[in-house]
Amino acid sequence: MDLNHSADVEAFRAEARDWLAAHVPATPLPSLETREGFAAHREWEALLHSARWAVVSWPEEYGGRGVDIEHWLVFEEEYWAAGAPGRVSQNGINLLAPTLFDHATGEQRARVLPSMASGRTIWAQAWSEPESGSDLASLTSRAVRTEGGWLLSGQKTWSSRAAFADRAFGIFRTDPDAPKPHQGLTYLMFDLRAPGVTVRPIGRLDGKPAFAELFLDEVFVPDADVIGEPGQGWRIAMSTTGNERGLTLRAPGRFLAAADRLVDLWHNLGNPADTALRDRVADAVVGARAYQLFTWANASRFAAGETIGAESSLNKVFWSRYDIALHESALDLLGPDAELADGEWAEPWIFSLAGPIYAGTNEIQRDIIAERLLGLPKGRR
Amino acid sequence: MRFLPSEEQSDFARTLRGLLAASDVPAAVRAWGAGDHAPGKELWARFAATGLFALAADEAHEGMGLMPLELAGGFVELGRAGVPGPVVETAAAAVLLTRLGDEALAKRFLPGLAAGETPATLTLPGGGPYALDADAATHLFTVSPAGELRLAPGAGPPRTSIDPARRLALPDGGGELLAAGPAVTAAARDAADWARLLTAAQCLGTGEALLARTVEYAKQRTQFGTAIGAFQAVKHRLADTLIGLEFARPLLWAAALSLDPGEVAAAKLTAGEAAYAAAMTALQLHGAVGYTEELDLSLWLRKARPLRDAWGSPSQCRAAVLQERLR
Repeated sequence: MDLNHSADVEAFRAEARDWLAAHVPATPLPSLETREGFAAHREWEALLHSARWAVVSWPEEYGGRGVDIEHWLVFEEEYWAAGAPGRVSQNGINLLAPTLFDHATGEQRARVLPSMASGRTIWAQAWSEPESGSDLASLTSRAVRTEGGWLLSGQKTWSSRAAFADRAFGIFRTDPDAPKPHQGLTYLMFDLRAPGVTVRPIGRLDGKPAFAELFLDEVFVPDADVIGEPGQGWRIAMSTTGNERGLTLRAPGRFLAAADRLVDLWHNLGNPADTALRDRVADAVVGARAYQLFTWANASRFAAGETIGAESSLNKVFWSRYDIALHESALDLLGPDAELADGEWAEPWIFSLAGPIYAGTNEIQRDIIAERLLGLPKGRR
Repeated sequence: MRFLPSEEQSDFARTLRGLLAASDVPAAVRAWGAGDHAPGKELWARFAATGLFALAADEAHEGMGLMPLELAGGFVELGRAGVPGPVVETAAAAVLLTRLGDEALAKRFLPGLAAGETPATLTLPGGGPYALDADAATHLFTVSPAGELRLAPGAGPPRTSIDPARRLALPDGGGELLAAGPAVTAAARDAADWARLLTAAQCLGTGEALLARTVEYAKQRTQFGTAIGAFQAVKHRLADTLIGLEFARPLLWAAALSLDPGEVAAAKLTAGEAAYAAAMTALQLHGAVGYTEELDLSLWLRKARPLRDAWGSPSQCRAAVLQERLR
């Protein structure tokens, strides 16, 4: 057992660190949940891509460096430690791309991945519907067969990045007569500017349009934009949400960097007599390290050829609770300034509050843990 | 980088686990609590024969060299089985004497410690005032804040812990002066880190035992016509317990790899809290039957809290984590 990186990985780390030190904007970009910030982040994606840092784990033919998960984790550590901007492309890179690598045709990969890597096409996810959140299989928006493709109708909601994004991916009911709700669903990609699409931005708690409602009225999608076989959408989508909860959505590097900033804040503002708050800062340090090490252990399992299944639910509950606790501690350290909406910790705190809700609520994750990892009997939800 | 136990490391823990599972540990624990050390010492002889304590002593004195990863893996199993006795203290005494490097002392004490034949207990600067199981140990070492290592002549009357199988006594003052000076202080600091690490490992095993027993109970116990494990409120408590334990394990590995004081403190904090949370969950989900001493569950339930606090309370560990970070 060891935690030492090879010389190759350390050289990669140094290269990333040097590039980031030279290119990370000196002043933070405006929030990516605003129109102006979205555009600025799109430019940042293009810059990252030009130096092949946008998608390091992808094959080189799609703009990546073809590196393994250990390199990727190290890159993420450097990325967040450098204070680099949040990734406006993350829905595409973390959710759609793994699905494309596993289930798409060569033509689809060649068409979709390069523009995703460069930030030219920003993707929104379109999973949830007003009556289908945790019970996603109950969704009712449909895709009806037509000449050369499908016509989408219905409503999607809480669609992250959709207020300003270019395209979206999601699952739609193609066989309403299928015997079970998770059968008869099809995974497809569509254009948010296609005729029949209405995007209504939704302000999240701080008023920024971090997601949107999508109204779809006979939106045409060509057969070329169906991923995998029609009717297999649920199975394909589940492999994607596994990625979301698992390693890729929240790299440990992000929390390590946040914990470092929290320690700095404690150093600058902390009252030595306030041991309760000091203890919470220590917990943030320990939590980031625990998450990093847990991820390294999982990465080692991957490398040894094992697969990570329901274990990804452990991750999801852990990081989402951790994220909130860390940001709450920062707000407590800031005292009266914590309330200011333009403060450095305000938007990240707002963002953290969504963690236990999205990517499958923590209640659903705990059911998965209890039933699949502990072997407890299934019960009513 | 390969952050997983090797085959050999896993095999060693598995062997110990099998051996302990085949022993009647609960009977030995109950006897130990009643002051009868004989069954416990028989148990010791069996697990010490696997070479466990030799992992805390150098090769020149019947040890295997200091192997914290393997030792920590073994101590997870001691915790899972709930073994009684000064296991952490015996290993820590071996580390202290190995680190001290005094040939005469090493020759005198280490072979017995490495073989597990002469259990030891000890008090160290920064640790608590009580020596664990002084009445069952062959040697009682003390290290003073000034760096004097002594063989205590005896100890006060044993006081009962919340966990009856842990018997606490204040060492008598004086006794043979074995060594003194900065080398003792440095060796004692190392030994205290090992004691903290191995207690963390014991906590993890204790927590896992509590969770496993509670999961089994939740599958069997029915209320309102259904197994209580089908209720979401019950499931979620058990899921949270598993999360706590699963995130403590890699911290324990990393601490054993580096023996960095901050890492060791992080592992002890997290494993101790996870084990105690597992105990509280076990108690709640077993209901009234869990609140009885007849059920074997009580043997682990009562251990979780003292182990959480021994060799570094959560508060001390948090302070140590931040101290290392701000250094």
